[in-house]
Formats: sequence, C-alpha cells, structure tokens
Amino acid sequence: MEDTLKITCLHDRHVQLGARMSPFAGFDMPIQYSGIIDEHNAVRHAAGMFDVSHMGEIFVSGADARKFVNHIFTNDVGALEAGKILYGMMLYPDGGTVDDLLVYKEAAPDLFLLVVNAANIDKDYAWMKENSAGFEVSIDNASDSWGQIAVQGPRSQEYLCGIPELSPSAALGFYEFRHASLLGSDIIVSRTGYTGEDGFEIYAPHHVICHLWDLFLNAGVKPCGLGCRDTLRFEAGLPLYGDELSAEISPVMAGLSIFCKLDKEEFIGREALLNQKTCGVERKLVGIEIDDNAIPRAGYPVLNEAGEVLGTVTTGYHSISLDRSVCFALVDSASAALGTPVQIQIRHKTFPGRVVKKRFYQTNYKK
Amino acid sequence: MAKIEEGLLYSESHEWVKVDGNVAIIGVSDFAQSEMGDITYVDMPAEGDEVGRGEDFGALESVKASSELYSPVSGTVVATNLELESAPELINKDPYLAWIIKVEMSDRTELDSLLSPSAYRTQTEK
Repeated sequence: MEDTLKITCLHDRHVQLGARMSPFAGFDMPIQYSGIIDEHNAVRHAAGMFDVSHMGEIFVSGADARKFVNHIFTNDVGALEAGKILYGMMLYPDGGTVDDLLVYKEAAPDLFLLVVNAANIDKDYAWMKENSAGFEVSIDNASDSWGQIAVQGPRSQEYLCGIPELSPSAALGFYEFRHASLLGSDIIVSRTGYTGEDGFEIYAPHHVICHLWDLFLNAGVKPCGLGCRDTLRFEAGLPLYGDELSAEISPVMAGLSIFCKLDKEEFIGREALLNQKTCGVERKLVGIEIDDNAIPRAGYPVLNEAGEVLGTVTTGYHSISLDRSVCFALVDSASAALGTPVQIQIRHKTFPGRVVKKRFYQTNYKK
Repeated sequence: MAKIEEGLLYSESHEWVKVDGNVAIIGVSDFAQSEMGDITYVDMPAEGDEVGRGEDFGALESVKASSELYSPVSGTVVATNLELESAPELINKDPYLAWIIKVEMSDRTELDSLLSPSAYRTQTEK
C-alpha cells in the first residue's frame, strides 16, 4: 500500500472546484465535480476535460528503439511513421497482460513515447528495463515531469481552436499527434481519448497544464472526474487494466486480438497468443444486457438459465447514454456467442439477459 | 452540510423513520443521499415481505456504487414507493419526502433504540 498519496499539478484546482477526491492508482484524484451523469452527458454532447496527469510517460530512444518496442509491444511499430500512434499491450511470456498502452512515434529517429496506466508505471518501467538486455536503448521514465489533460466530446475541436497555439492540431486525424509550443514549452497534442468521442489529449509540463486547464475552464469546458471517465470508456467498449485486462486476462480473452500482430517476427507473449488462438481460451470477455434497471457490478456471478455459474462481471453500469443495464463479463467460451441467454445474480435476485456486443455505444471518432 | 429533519428517528446506517400509528415510514437521510451521489435505481422489497430489524431490505444504486438499505424496525412491508421505480432521483431531490417503504411494526419497542435528530447529528459529524 501507498503510504502517502501523490497529487497532480492540478490538485489545488480540483479542491477549489469542490471536486469529490478519492485515491486512485496512488494519486488523490477527482472522482466527480457536478455529478457523474452531468459530466458524462457533457462529454457526449459538448465537451469535458479530465486531469489525467497521473498517467505515465516513458520515452524509449536509441539505435534499437524500434526493434525494442516491437519486442515488448503486441502491435507493429515496424512501419509506424512520425506523428502516428498505435494502441496495444505489453505481455508476459504466458500471454497475460503487463499493461495496455499507446505508442507515439516521435519525429526524431529512434524516439518513441509510451503512455502507460498510472497504476502500472513502476511495474512497466521495471519490465521494460528487465527486457532491454541486448538492445541498444535508453528508457526514460518522465512521468513526474509531464502532466496531461484530456479534452473530450463533439465540441472539443472548437475549444482547442480557441487557443491559437493549439489550433493547427485541429487538422490531426484520429490517432495522430503533433508538437506545439506554449508558454515557451514544448507540448504534445494528440487526437486520442478514452471516451468514445472525438477529442484531444495534451501532454505538457506542469505549469503549462495548469495554464491550459484555466483557459479551457474559462472557455466553458466542463471539468470531469474519473467517475464519468469510467462510464464513458465502458459504454464505448474500451477495457480498463485491472478489470478487463490483467496478468490473468490476455488480449485474446479480452477480444483485443486485432491489436496483436501475430504475423510480426517476434514479441514477448507471441507464442502464448498463437496457442490461445489455435486451441481456444477457457474464458472470453463479453457484453451482457439485462432486462431490468438493476445494476450488475464487478464480481457479481453470471449464470446460465439452469443457474450454473458461467463467469463473473468485470464492469457494469446502468448505461447513462443508453438508459439500460449492461456489463462486461468474463464467461466460459462456450457461452460467449452473441445472443446466448444468461442471468446475472444481483444481491438476492437473478435477472435474465443476453450476450451482446461489447461496444454498447456507437463511437464518434474523427474519421 | 447535510440536513437533518426534526420529528424523525434515525438509524446508525442513515435510514430515517417517521412513525404513523403502528406504521414506520422509512427513507434515507440527506447525508446518505449526498454520499451516494446521483441515485439511479432503488431495489425495494415486495408488499407483504417480512423485514427484520437491522436486516437489508433492498439497496440504493448510484452510477458508481450500490449501498444496502437496512430496516430500522421489524415487521411487514405494507407499501413501497412505486414512484421511485421511474424516478429514483427523487431521493436526491428531497430525501425526507421520498420515502422508500412503509412497515407495519411487530415490536414498537425497537423504536427506543433509534437515534434522535440531535444524536444522529452527533454521529454524522464525527
């Protein structure tokens, strides 16, 4: 356990705004300001901003950088061009997931930025160091010197363009990034996010992050906490490490094979994934909807019609955008087909439902 | 600062009781609703169900969490607030108006162990 909670550079502002704060991944983070439903709807229909400064930024450089990233990463950075981003995972040799992350290819030759989950920064850094033997690379954990704001929602481009230094980034396509200069500092603007909406993630030194937060706040972007970050990513079918991916849950089990390039020469965990693809996996991650407003929560049992346990809910909500109760669950692969009738046990009652697609909400990314 | 209504009894688990003859009208306190945030679902028992003092009779669900409801008294459920099925947010709007269940009490002496408004205030301010 963490003895003392870390804080982000925006901590004072969260407290001043009256945010409800709670420990998350070792940081004292805002869970909500005006309320999860209000913030969720702001991101779906206008724009909201999140302090995600707790996320980790690890730079990999050196003559073997590209080869090394391809060694530890499931997606293929072999032809990744400067200014482009890829999503994928780092795996253990048995196919279990170390973390899911974004890889940014910088303009400088042999320079990559890896953006990792806050809870996993130390573990990931150690994992990279440990597996870098024989590669001519330098691995720099810069997490403490970078902050990050995510501006998300259909109006996020409009708000971005309200800041002249950032307006050229409106031309970015989805999963592209560029550098900009603000208050004399070099910053990164990428068209990425974790909400299912169009949006931008901005990486910058702490004083610039504070300045940007104030500018967006004054322009009318709604401050949003980690509470609605979870409801938004969930509706968009996006996994959260610890719930839908873990050392025990491989990307094949989680339905994320598309981000694992098995035709790549090699990467850690490749053989295990090939084996899982060939022989099948015991459990698969599915979406389930039930015909009641009761809420399936993480840990609740999933049953078949006869009442036998098929698996467990990993994340569940009464979806704010869809007004129905849905969840992700890890279930026996034999019961993972779309339309399979299942029940979820919620406290003393069971509620019938069925297996549905995990992307509950139609995402609206920039084409 | 959470509002504590006079003229009610309170449980340590943040339910309130309004006594109406031999019927206990039960809801949750302003403190409880503000801790929960936006309430999206109320899991209620059926009319005719027996409830025991200190036993859970249902739950409140917010977006983020569920919180069990504990009956401050024993007896039989004689009514549930059906309005909450379609409008659970009424509990956030006015927790002292949005009652949840009515219980025909089997042992009125159980009321003696509940908290007065001032005793409940002391507990929530701890």
